[in-house]
Amino acid sequence: MTGNRFISLSELAEGVGDGVTIAIPPDYSGVALAATRAMLRRRVKNLHVVAVPTSGLQAEWLIGAGAVGTLEAAAITLGEFGPAPRFVAAIRAGAIAMKDATCPAIHAALQAAEKGVPFMPLRGLIGSDLLKNRPDWRVMDNPFGTRDPIVLLPALRPDVALFHAVMADRQGNVWIGRRRELMTMAHAARTSLVTVERVYDGDLLQDETLAAGTLPGLYVGAFALAPRGAWPLAFADEYPMDAAEIARYVATARTDEGFRAYMNEQHSRAAAE
Amino acid sequence: MTDNPPIRPEERLIGVLNGMLKGLRHVAVGSASPIPGAAALAERELSGGALQVTVLGSRRFNNFTDGGRELFDCAAQGRIDAFFLGGGEIDGQGNINLVGLGGYPNSKVRFPGSFGSGYLYYVVPRVILFREEHTKRVMVPKVEFVSAPGVCDEGVYRPGGPYALVTGLCMFIFDRNKRRFRLSSIHPGHTMEEVCDQTGFEFDRPDTVPTTAEPSPELQDVLRRRVAGQLAEVYPQFAQRLFGAVAA
Repeated sequence: MTGNRFISLSELAEGVGDGVTIAIPPDYSGVALAATRAMLRRRVKNLHVVAVPTSGLQAEWLIGAGAVGTLEAAAITLGEFGPAPRFVAAIRAGAIAMKDATCPAIHAALQAAEKGVPFMPLRGLIGSDLLKNRPDWRVMDNPFGTRDPIVLLPALRPDVALFHAVMADRQGNVWIGRRRELMTMAHAARTSLVTVERVYDGDLLQDETLAAGTLPGLYVGAFALAPRGAWPLAFADEYPMDAAEIARYVATARTDEGFRAYMNEQHSRAAAE
Repeated sequence: MTDNPPIRPEERLIGVLNGMLKGLRHVAVGSASPIPGAAALAERELSGGALQVTVLGSRRFNNFTDGGRELFDCAAQGRIDAFFLGGGEIDGQGNINLVGLGGYPNSKVRFPGSFGSGYLYYVVPRVILFREEHTKRVMVPKVEFVSAPGVCDEGVYRPGGPYALVTGLCMFIFDRNKRRFRLSSIHPGHTMEEVCDQTGFEFDRPDTVPTTAEPSPELQDVLRRRVAGQLAEVYPQFAQRLFGAVAA
């Protein structure tokens, strides 16, 4: 990858086409919420969202805006702020197809895609209703043992991985530190779209300390600068959670009308900036 | 001696959970688990750091550098001795429902989801079920959706499983051979009658049921002086409400 490939947030959002399978990280990792607002402004539709392995505000917003066709996740929660109101309403109304999973199943299925193999075996799950409701998951006997049933998960290859990171250099390398589920997502996906707090002047791969926590640009399709791009979620050592804002969202989004008003206000603010 | 404030119900529960972590090497605490988190962090203090604690969502109490998968890989290798799970519903065979009520997939009441339960319940030796609410709505004869089963058919790889169930009223120990809970103690201020009235499943009980021991002054002291501030990193609202603490 060569040259300065930083593009605008709205150009980045164009990269998430309608109907694509998109992998997103959990709230404690690097959630690209500024990019998510940009996707909603362009009215993205019918996404297959894969939460790696859980999501909060990001899945909640996408669902509330009617942008999700299928959701694959081990959980959707706003943590101490309680249930995600638009997720709960969408499930009740049957507005999204839900593929319930358990956390390591999503990690393992992405690891299969990382390795380019068709499936990954995983312990657990046998006897659960999770397995019963996932016709795409199979059970076979461990070929190296005797009477040892084990679950097989098909490889999960997202079209896009979308996440937020601290910094990227102009060669296209992204520093993710220890948040290596972002690495797994990027390896497994066909391409990655990344927003960052700031530009790193230099080459991240030439610094041995930083290189260990760097996703090489070879996996990355495009970047955009998005200072405070995970707001109102907390992000790494950069900023704490904006608890008042999340509480305000939860109170407002109890109804569909409230949700729409909240998002319109967000969009107007972005347009004004 | 300073005057100790009265023991709060949450501190009792922390004390009960803490008592189940003695002598272990590594305990992990998952999402939405402030009381288990407090119990584990307290034991880390009381054991002088011999107990390693991993708290999901924490930057300070994070032993992992290989991403979200590492907790599960670590557990699969037997490197995690205890873990906590809850349940929107819990039944007498130790089955837990973290998915929802009123049909599936279009549940009338939807819970967040199964998280790691469909895996960790199988591989972690000592899984402690914890749910403060002890009512017939939660403690049911049979869960509507099995996020993870309490027991498996013979031949299924299962080194782990339920160890105990701790609620706001009492604690049970799980008997894996009999596939049912046995009442172990009732918390101060509650009665056998209450436990029977509020439990929707059958369970075994000894002739005399002891009262749950109060948390030791040593534990209370560690909670208030050390753990409160540590907990506030991941559970600011809980730490503030219970201890008036902010992140240390």
